[in-house]
Amino acid sequence: MNNIFAVAGVVIKELYRRKDFYVLFILTIVICLVMASVNIFNDSQIIRYLKELCLLLIWVSSLVIAITTTARQIPAEREQRTLLPLLAKPLSRTQLIFGKFLGCWLACGLVLVCFYAFFGALAASREHTWPLLNYFQAAFLHWVMLGVVVALTLLGSLVFAAPSSNSTICFVIIMAILCVGRYLDMVALAMAEPGRTILSSVYYAAPHLEVPFEMRNLIVHDWPLVEWKFIGLDALYLLAYTAVFLVAACLVFRRKAVN
Amino acid sequence: MNVILRTEKLRVEFKSREFRQSPKVALRGLDLEVNAGEVFGFLGPNGAGKTTTINVLLGFVQPTGGSASLFGIDVRQPIARQRIGYLPELTYYYKFLTAEELLWFYSRIFSLPRAEAEKRIDAVLKLVELESARKRLIKTYSKGMQQRVGLAQALINNPDLLILDEPTSGLDPLGRMKVLEIIQRLKNEGKTVFFSSHELGEVETVCDRVAIISEGELKAVGRVGDIMGQRASLEKAFLDIVGYQPQPAP
Repeated sequence: MNNIFAVAGVVIKELYRRKDFYVLFILTIVICLVMASVNIFNDSQIIRYLKELCLLLIWVSSLVIAITTTARQIPAEREQRTLLPLLAKPLSRTQLIFGKFLGCWLACGLVLVCFYAFFGALAASREHTWPLLNYFQAAFLHWVMLGVVVALTLLGSLVFAAPSSNSTICFVIIMAILCVGRYLDMVALAMAEPGRTILSSVYYAAPHLEVPFEMRNLIVHDWPLVEWKFIGLDALYLLAYTAVFLVAACLVFRRKAVN
Repeated sequence: MNVILRTEKLRVEFKSREFRQSPKVALRGLDLEVNAGEVFGFLGPNGAGKTTTINVLLGFVQPTGGSASLFGIDVRQPIARQRIGYLPELTYYYKFLTAEELLWFYSRIFSLPRAEAEKRIDAVLKLVELESARKRLIKTYSKGMQQRVGLAQALINNPDLLILDEPTSGLDPLGRMKVLEIIQRLKNEGKTVFFSSHELGEVETVCDRVAIISEGELKAVGRVGDIMGQRASLEKAFLDIVGYQPQPAP
């Protein structure tokens, strides 16, 4: 475990010493503050739209940070040749993959804390309430969902040579899952065979990330808390997919030439 | 003599990506023995199989045949790498870390206790003359300094065997001299150094024994003086052994 934490520590250090996160964070803050300062149609409920937009920006920014940070990990190690002295030490390839995953996932968690803290402050300044448990539920599932994204991107970084192509492919896959994933079974029903079976298989095999995504509504519309057992079940469901992608990454990396 | 690095009939073949092409043979039954406390030079022309041999020793490449061991342990077991230090050719260490942070990271990989890690970091930074630059980000270092950081990371666990892959490649004469001085100091401390190089003058200066390989085969092995024989320099001996024929001028 010590080796895994050592690798994870370097990943986190990399994140806070690079500019990516700060750029996205400041951009999100600026957009939200500009939106918050505008009074549109004297609508007292405008805060809902502001919250929705802010959360959408947080989602996009967190996905961009998770994917870009993870996609460059292994390719950069290969390109800079730091993979060689690293694996020449008593560190197994599996430990390296788990360390990279843990580092990227924890880094995403830190990013989410900053984003949600800003969101909470912005919403509280208008509504004068701070529903902490709602924020916690949304942020927690958001973070667990980013674990799936990080594991998928890590697997992609071992399959695709260039980090840019891996980032693009992963971003498209995740956005497709978030936007149309839930409708695939309905589309499949309207199709002829073998398309129906293929699409249905994709629907059941792909991870469904819509629950964490829809948790935004909990905050936007001030809905009551979701029962904790459902939060736990969804977290377990997402963690299972994370484990599958991580095991696949370890298997691919085991056979990969490092030099 | 205590043999700490051994290869027996080591054979490595790489499958061709082209359809119906025979595999490329990188090593053909290589037998090597390196004794404790010696500086061993590993020479050969480009593509001879030097880096492939090192890659097998470090577990990066699986041999097709034969065996390789470090300290009597099969190289496929990670524990075999516990007592070695490795400096690859032309490596650019994490630019966002300082030399000190980089060494802390590697000392954690070796599970060194905190107090011991602190001592080792101080000692290796002093050895490679980077004490004054320890808090600076590696991205601000010159190439020579980066190579010395590489040496520092290879020494962090106080290894009994140091494997260096062309340690002076791409360095200016001053940087080269500093690296050679460090190797000489390690030799005086009784460390075993196995290094590949194209700089035959350097090899002549610091090595106790050398091996020359060409096209994956061991052509000669022995003490530098024995390899040179009656020839004027190691370079001349090397060219003769690998079968270099000078082309007549047109």
